[in-house]
Amino acid sequence: MNPITVIRSRTVVMPSTNIDTDQIIPARFLTTTVKEGLGASLFADWRYDAEGHAKPDFILNRPEAAGCRVLVAGRNIGCGSSREHAPWALVDFGFQAVVSTEIADIFRNNSLKNGLLPVVVDEATHAWLLANPGAEVEIDLAEAQLRIDGRDPTPFPIEAFSRYCLLNGVDELGFLLSQDAAISAHESAAPDARRSA
Amino acid sequence: MSSLRTLFEKVWSAHEVLPQSADTPAVMFIDLHLTHEVTSPQAFSALRERGLKVRRPDLTLATMDHSTPTRTEQVFGGAPITIDSAAKQIRQLERNCAEFGIELLGLQDARRGIVHIIGPELGITQPGKTIVCGDSHTSTHGAFGALAFGIGTTEVGHVLATQCLLQKKPRTFAVEVDGRLPAGVTAKDLILALIGQIGVSGGTGYVIEYRGEAIRALSMEERMTVCNMSIEAGARAGMIAPDEVTFEYLRGRPRAPQGAAWDAAVARWRALPSDPGAVFDKTVRLDASALQPMVTYGTNPGMVVPVGGSIPKRAGDPVFDAAMKYMGLVPGEPIGDAPINVVFVGSCTNGRLSDLRAAANVMRGRKVAAGVHMLVVPGSQSVKRDAEAEGLDEIFRAAGAEWRESGCSMCLGMNGDTVGKGEYAISTSNRNFEGRQGVGARTLLASPETAAASAIRGRVTDPREFLS
Repeated sequence: MNPITVIRSRTVVMPSTNIDTDQIIPARFLTTTVKEGLGASLFADWRYDAEGHAKPDFILNRPEAAGCRVLVAGRNIGCGSSREHAPWALVDFGFQAVVSTEIADIFRNNSLKNGLLPVVVDEATHAWLLANPGAEVEIDLAEAQLRIDGRDPTPFPIEAFSRYCLLNGVDELGFLLSQDAAISAHESAAPDARRSA
Repeated sequence: MSSLRTLFEKVWSAHEVLPQSADTPAVMFIDLHLTHEVTSPQAFSALRERGLKVRRPDLTLATMDHSTPTRTEQVFGGAPITIDSAAKQIRQLERNCAEFGIELLGLQDARRGIVHIIGPELGITQPGKTIVCGDSHTSTHGAFGALAFGIGTTEVGHVLATQCLLQKKPRTFAVEVDGRLPAGVTAKDLILALIGQIGVSGGTGYVIEYRGEAIRALSMEERMTVCNMSIEAGARAGMIAPDEVTFEYLRGRPRAPQGAAWDAAVARWRALPSDPGAVFDKTVRLDASALQPMVTYGTNPGMVVPVGGSIPKRAGDPVFDAAMKYMGLVPGEPIGDAPINVVFVGSCTNGRLSDLRAAANVMRGRKVAAGVHMLVVPGSQSVKRDAEAEGLDEIFRAAGAEWRESGCSMCLGMNGDTVGKGEYAISTSNRNFEGRQGVGARTLLASPETAAASAIRGRVTDPREFLS
């Protein structure tokens, strides 16, 4: 995973609320056994017609979306299925951050583990971003701020540990593995199934 | 801080290897990890890349359900699995389980089924456990008073390698359901009504505890239906306090404790319910006695009305307008006018024996309407055998429905069991998202009773017309 420090990009705006992970990556693409290559199927049913041709009106097919790394979405993006294929597809396509007023729990967790920064902002900032598609934004992970020229910086919540992992490009498994002694102690003290079967 | 604790807080604190701090989330021990073919391959690959083994293979159980065929000849008859990539995924799980020493209830195993159906059936789902799976409907197991939630594939790898997860402690949400469900109104209607009330993100960041007279009166299978759809309200987990109903369900099951260990377990489980007076971060109330059979009309589970009701009007709401356009339905029209082309009875929400009985009870001696395709898919091979022993399969076949082998099937259409573009499906599953059951498919979620009644009429129908 590459470290994230500051993301500077124009935005792509998808204002729909409750964009579920079935939209981000439909189930028929989940028979893969690898993470790579899912970007081609990102938002497949919104992006392509029945013959598989790109729909010219869909935002990700428009020239202004090229190279954008920040997706601004309506409230509650990522609801539904726990499929990690959703952040894999977004990252494979080139996104580094998803901005909304609410981001569903499991999708948020999965995003943090794949270098896709979930950025929850206040209603006013969100409304401005929705009204100004293609705006240039700067997302500073160390400061936990989203910055737009001419506006006050917008803070966003991020847990200290996730921020550390993202800033340094390390995953969480190393920390868990380092807790081996505590896990063993827990296993041997537990009253039931946690003991070796 | 109060010493009175909720069910969730008791289970949470008993599994803290390390409590959360300012710098790190809690390290939580996981008692049971369920895994399947779709969300595990990349996790096993990650272990392989780092040279790690599975810490506690005895606490992971694998099965296959999502991309598996439901046609008997493809499961048992040696016919090729239609979707090549699905067949490869199934073979990959077989290889991964063999390599890492994990028990697999494979394609032809008599105990195979949807992962959230077989955990309870085997008695391996138990009160007070922490249970995870790379599937959002893991919330189902909370019906037993377990803390059960869906995780992503990276976390599947964490559990395989360490039997632990890093977790931020969620908040608590009491859903108090007073009164009793009227005849013909089901657990499915209850949870759909709740999601309609609190919305599809109303539970985000919370663990729900379902409480009250109506919940206490539910069977275990009904409680599972309720907890299953917690995630459709945004809550990762839903829990119900264990009681005599729970213990009776588990007693004697193959992997439940036996003998003295059973007595000891029940004694522990009796201490799990929330202490009287324990405080929740949020509470909502629902009156079960006022509920009616419910059906969804839109593209998320919160867009729901009584079967006898009309589609609401929300002028100027672009999301609502988009849903109506996708569904091809007209605001203000009775939902009972909606035509039905496909009926699906099954899934981890409503694929248990009592669900099949309820649908069969409506179908008995009646026919599926002309032009309607009905698919009945048991939640597990055990459910299938039990249903066949009672002759439920004959009732469905005689009505003109198809009877299949178990699996997730048309709930998400990964295995090729799909709804056609533009077709209306009434489905006992859990998600009516755009394209969920097939590209362009239009899903209406309902109970098994409502699905069966709608199959007979060929339009959305109140099942109470057929119940006497």
